[in-house]
Amino acid sequence: MADAAVRRWGEGLRCYGLIVGMWVRSTMAYRLSFLMMAAGNFAATALDFVAIAIMFSHVDVLGGFSLPEVAFLYGTTSTAFGIADLTLGNMDRLGRRVRDGTLDVLLTRPVPVLAQVAADRFALRRVGRLSQGVLLLAWSLTRLDVHWTPVTVALVPLMLVSGAVIFGAVFVAGAAFQFRADDASEIQNAFTYGGTTLLQYPPTVFATDLVRGVTFVVPLAFVNWLPALRVLGRDDPLRLPAWVDFASPLVALGCCAAAALAWRTGLRSYRSTGS
Amino acid sequence: MDAFIELDGVRKVFDVRRRTGLLRRERHQVRAVDGISFRVPRGEMVGYIGPNGAGKSTTIKMLTGILTPSGGRLRVAGVDPSRDRTGLARRIGVVFGQRTTLWWDLPLRDSYGLVRRMYRVPEDRYRANLERCVELLDLGRLLDVPVRQLSLGQRMRGDIAAALLHDPEVLYLDEPTIGLDVVSKTKVREFLREVNAERGMTVLLTTHDLTDIEQLCKRVMVIDHGRLVYDGALDGLHAVGESERTLVVDLEHEMPPITGVPGARTVKVEGTRQWLAFPATHSAAPVVAAVAGRYPLVDLSVREPDIEEVIARMYAERPTP
Repeated sequence: MADAAVRRWGEGLRCYGLIVGMWVRSTMAYRLSFLMMAAGNFAATALDFVAIAIMFSHVDVLGGFSLPEVAFLYGTTSTAFGIADLTLGNMDRLGRRVRDGTLDVLLTRPVPVLAQVAADRFALRRVGRLSQGVLLLAWSLTRLDVHWTPVTVALVPLMLVSGAVIFGAVFVAGAAFQFRADDASEIQNAFTYGGTTLLQYPPTVFATDLVRGVTFVVPLAFVNWLPALRVLGRDDPLRLPAWVDFASPLVALGCCAAAALAWRTGLRSYRSTGS
Repeated sequence: MDAFIELDGVRKVFDVRRRTGLLRRERHQVRAVDGISFRVPRGEMVGYIGPNGAGKSTTIKMLTGILTPSGGRLRVAGVDPSRDRTGLARRIGVVFGQRTTLWWDLPLRDSYGLVRRMYRVPEDRYRANLERCVELLDLGRLLDVPVRQLSLGQRMRGDIAAALLHDPEVLYLDEPTIGLDVVSKTKVREFLREVNAERGMTVLLTTHDLTDIEQLCKRVMVIDHGRLVYDGALDGLHAVGESERTLVVDLEHEMPPITGVPGARTVKVEGTRQWLAFPATHSAAPVVAAVAGRYPLVDLSVREPDIEEVIARMYAERPTP
């Protein structure tokens, strides 16, 4: 049983790689066009930070956070989200596939449907968003005035991976809803694109109820807020116990399990009802 | 002979919800497939026909494992498709006439390469199959063209080739000739006849076009309202449906309705043109001879019975359940 599951995952990853590789090759056939698209993606997403930088030209602190600190929050969520957006961002096309019936084609192939949907029309230009996140994160790390310990150093990569997984789970769960409601992608966008915009700002600028919501309901606070506050040596506004700052990997696993369940349920319901 | 495809009382019921008011919703059940049983032995080519919404596509979707049946027993090569969809996928080929299985923005060659690696087709088999398809379906000049630039007929040929690269044991074709021109239709039919004979591949084909069936299938199954209303030879279908062919004649000048042609009756007169109906099981030759012998003919043509019409007649004769 476990053996079969491992094989299925292996097969899924292999095919994800195959399809992605093919899209990358076909993208690279028009190299200049790709470079312009990636630059555009970089510029469009970097505007978010330009807005923050302009704010800081009028104030010294935002919600008690300095510019490098906000850049750290911005860089961590943008990097985590950038990874998820690059690898799974095209899953919101599922609704369209359900509507026009091309999902049936994917179901006739000997490959997990999730891998095919995720790799469909892989958009390499999304490295633009990822690279501006990485750049800002790197810049903030050189400017941050914090006391680094082995624990806080380890927290940074851990939070990036967990954050990417949490956002990835939201993409998958959002796609799963599109099996039933093919216009659900807008709701999903609120949590993915909207979520990362939220996390670019310090939690202290938002109402406590909103912070509570993204901690306990949709656990986006675990992408960067909670572990990042530990790195920055600050207390979280909800005064949660200290171990919560290290809970991101567990939360990410939980999100994966929930997303997998949602996906299976969605696919099963599609197969029993059709489109 | 062993049954390759087996259906026993297979049903598929859809729950359809319809908005009737602002918040009120009405639910009712649609029986898309309502207790169908048939067996197809290995290597047979069977036509599966019926009007729109009869349940043809739903049957194909259940056979491929896309849809889970609501009831009954279904086996393909001894496997329950809804249980082992991905396992069975390696052994079947599917062509949907209405939508392509190819990657829209990629050249055919890239699509085929991807199919090869997805299905893990051995290199030598892949090359042999591709060569055969390229030759028979005339794909040589199309291999480097992105799929979106292909005409419907070219794309269909490309799709059929893609479905055969992994040596499937059974091929399902859902409306493979819909919208194709005569040349493409002929090419597709010739190819299907060839692979069926050559590889002993089981083929199940849904279509609107009776000519497909006439040229390809000895056996035809007719489905209407989710039920199998006929299963047998094509000739028998005409006999059961009492379908009629029509002889259309253009006369030199306007005349009263043509009479005295044995086995035929005049059904319509419009100026110099007249329509004569005669049983589909009869040859057209004696009717043509009888008319030509006594009337001044300018032109004539024979129209084959429309499948919808045949089925409509057949259904009208059956007591409604």
